[in-house]
Amino acid sequence: MTPLLDVQNLSKNYGQRIGCKDVSFDLYPGEVMGIVGESGSGKSTLLNCLAGHLEPDSGKVLFDTKTDGLKDTVTMSEPERRMLGRTDWAFVHQHARDGLRMGVSAGGNVGERLMAVGARHYGDIRAQAADWLGRVEIREDRIDDRPTAFSGGMQQRLQIARNLVTGPRLVFMDEPTGGLDVSVQARLLDMIRELVRDLGLSAIIVTHDLAVVRLLADRLMVMKDGHVVETGLTDQVLDDPQHSYSQLLVSSVLQV
Amino acid sequence: MYVAVKGGEKAIDAAHDWLGEVRRGDPDIAELSLAQIREQMTLAVDRVMSEGSLFDPDLAALAIKQSRGDLIEAIFLIRAYRTTLPRFGASHPVETDTMQCQRRISATFKDVPGGQILGPTFDYTHRLLDFKLAAEGNAPDTSTQDAPDLAAERKPHVMEFLNKDGLIESAEATDETPPDLTREPLELPANRALRLQNLTRADEGFLLGLAYSTQRGYARNHAFVGELRIGKVAVEMDIPELGFSIEIGEMTVTECETVNQFKGSKTEPPQFTRGYGLVFGQCERKAISMALVDRALRWKELGEDFAGAPAQDEEFVLSHSDNIQATGFLEHIKLPHYVDFQSELELIRSIRTAATAALAETKIAAE
Amino acid sequence: MSDYNFAYLDEQTKRMIRRAILKGLAIPGYQVPFASREMPMPYGWGTGGVQVTAACLTPDDTLKVIDQGADDTTNAVSIRRFFEKTAAVGVTQATSVATVIQTRHRIPEEPLNEDQILVYQVPIPEPLRFLEPRETETRKMHALEEYGLMHVKLFEDISQHGQIATAYAYPVKVEGRYVMDPSPIPRFDNPKMEMSAIQLFGAGREQRIYAIPPYTQVVSLDFDDYPFEASKADGACALCGADHTYLDEVIVDDDGGRMFVCSDTDYCESRRQAGHIGEQGTPYGKDAA
Repeated sequence: MTPLLDVQNLSKNYGQRIGCKDVSFDLYPGEVMGIVGESGSGKSTLLNCLAGHLEPDSGKVLFDTKTDGLKDTVTMSEPERRMLGRTDWAFVHQHARDGLRMGVSAGGNVGERLMAVGARHYGDIRAQAADWLGRVEIREDRIDDRPTAFSGGMQQRLQIARNLVTGPRLVFMDEPTGGLDVSVQARLLDMIRELVRDLGLSAIIVTHDLAVVRLLADRLMVMKDGHVVETGLTDQVLDDPQHSYSQLLVSSVLQV
Repeated sequence: MYVAVKGGEKAIDAAHDWLGEVRRGDPDIAELSLAQIREQMTLAVDRVMSEGSLFDPDLAALAIKQSRGDLIEAIFLIRAYRTTLPRFGASHPVETDTMQCQRRISATFKDVPGGQILGPTFDYTHRLLDFKLAAEGNAPDTSTQDAPDLAAERKPHVMEFLNKDGLIESAEATDETPPDLTREPLELPANRALRLQNLTRADEGFLLGLAYSTQRGYARNHAFVGELRIGKVAVEMDIPELGFSIEIGEMTVTECETVNQFKGSKTEPPQFTRGYGLVFGQCERKAISMALVDRALRWKELGEDFAGAPAQDEEFVLSHSDNIQATGFLEHIKLPHYVDFQSELELIRSIRTAATAALAETKIAAE
Repeated sequence: MSDYNFAYLDEQTKRMIRRAILKGLAIPGYQVPFASREMPMPYGWGTGGVQVTAACLTPDDTLKVIDQGADDTTNAVSIRRFFEKTAAVGVTQATSVATVIQTRHRIPEEPLNEDQILVYQVPIPEPLRFLEPRETETRKMHALEEYGLMHVKLFEDISQHGQIATAYAYPVKVEGRYVMDPSPIPRFDNPKMEMSAIQLFGAGREQRIYAIPPYTQVVSLDFDDYPFEASKADGACALCGADHTYLDEVIVDDDGGRMFVCSDTDYCESRRQAGHIGEQGTPYGKDAA
């Protein structure tokens, strides 16, 4: 089987400081990969290199494109990469403000990706937007409200709806539950888990919260100082961590 | 009726006549001569030359007279005239090292080789209205002044002393032809030469506000005036027919070099950095402002953070600095817009009709 | 004014502008950067249009200048005089006689022909500007044909107002590629842009020229279920009776009484000459004025 994503020796430095170093892994369709580590471990740098927001210094990010099969997204042209960004990929930011248009209604936010790929029937776009708002548990009568009128949890759910509406094949998530209240986090996690299962999504989730990966990820990478120190099945890594740093990480949080 | 904008031929002629009358003012008062403006309104003349991008005090004086003292209007006249002039060639870069300084100060050193010259400055005057000036005919007493020795002895730039110690970033001369935004459309991102050209033509007030904002913390860069010098420089040009370069004239310029702090980055050790300002005539405020804004715009090449400050935002600064563009676009909203307004009128009526109908419906439904 | 070159600009500058015009015609709807010159009228008052006109004019041309559809508005008068003075070309108010027509905010009602050039004055050439303020970003959006945001704006209009709330400068897509600002003409004029004449757009302050060649497809952006409508005031011209032209609403007394008249003054006059009379009109030639 062809992997959806094949990452080879990806490195990114900030001057003398290492962002991430020699990272390689595969991701298969329908798989969810969790990347954990403390802040500064390089996990966000890695995610941004994978999603095309940052240019890595070396290495390859091969993505299984619909037309040409595996293709290096680092060297592909910007139009191609931006096209992937609004069709096959989705990116859920930690702060919903970064991923939403705050001056545009909820319906417009969800509809934007549809219109970007050519949808031109207002009624259909609005119906799809309403459907997606329902799936992320936002009442349909809020469709004309702007995200500024939404709570933090609602904004995050709106961001997810906006990203998933065009049926992306790969979703990048950067601390999707960060900055939310614990009760709100739990509800959001449940929702993401159901969406991932129902839609058979492939995803890469960066988080420092082991509860998130326990619930969502099939496999896990543990990062420290820009290096991947341990990889494996989520349960394996969490229940029987091999690397001393992973042990420290696992023991330092309450078991879930 | 305002409808009278139609039939504008007569209106325009009448307006122009009236303007001429108001420009002249009370005919019992002696008319201003260009020589008077050129000699006694020198700083206004300098500003018009610098933002008009044309060094010609007589034309600047004419423009000031014609514009009733509205300097932006005067700058506009100069720009419009300048654009029609044929271009014979380009001069050599002026050597400010050999400037005949009438003013030269450094805020970073107590004294510098070549000496500091305070020159004709308002700096230490008390800003009290001098009613003696109201009585005309008082020529200033010049007998106590030694004629300053303005011989073109070379006065090295203060920055060179820091450069020798490697304490300041080096600024190497290049033979690269700088871009010219009067001949090529402004394309972004711009290199430093292009930015400087834009800034030297920029509105003094706009630059002053931006520079001030950097001092107040919006992209603070801790500027010291390393050196400010004002004086005459020779302009030399290659004459193809002669096969060598000759001096075609001299002009007064103001040059400001700032020394700015720099904490060091991933590639550079800590050292001082530079901001640069150069303008026609005596325009100190403008030259210093220009140097501060130049420095703020250099954040990317120096590896600094973008703090989101307006003065760091190249596209924002360069696109809004030109007062001729700004004033033209601002004032064009005085032009009739009734066709667009008409279409807005219809739109708003139609939206209101729909909204009122919907409101009525919900009321009926509620009852 | 004999010190100035024909049509004010020097020949080199005119050649530079012509190159930009040709490039614009070759890539319909694409905004070509050009080194706009300072003109003796202010930016925002038609300097772009004036430069394009100057580059197009030959001594044999006949020029018509309109502003808001009228030949006798002050700015139209001022620009027409400028070319009379600097180029000594013939001028006219008759649309059919003109070879070059410079306009601000309107397209003449009378269809133009293949021997005519229509020059638009453009204040903000970038249709995406008020959605994305950065030039560097909007150029990228055009290059990559990323126009989703434009439709988001229209979508929001419908959500809030039940219709597309853009009355003028209504965005169009040219020949299936570039989204273009038609300049602030009322949307009533949009359908006329598919025409036989050459259409040139000059934005002086923003340093852009763009063009629509004759017989080019120009589509006003819309949704399948909310199609574009070329709307106008519901009424007829009080002077000539036309009910198919764009109408100005004129306030006639202190009590707010009003009447509608053709915005295109030349068109209105020729209709009256031909014997059409509106509700408050008098037979042609018998006006008190």
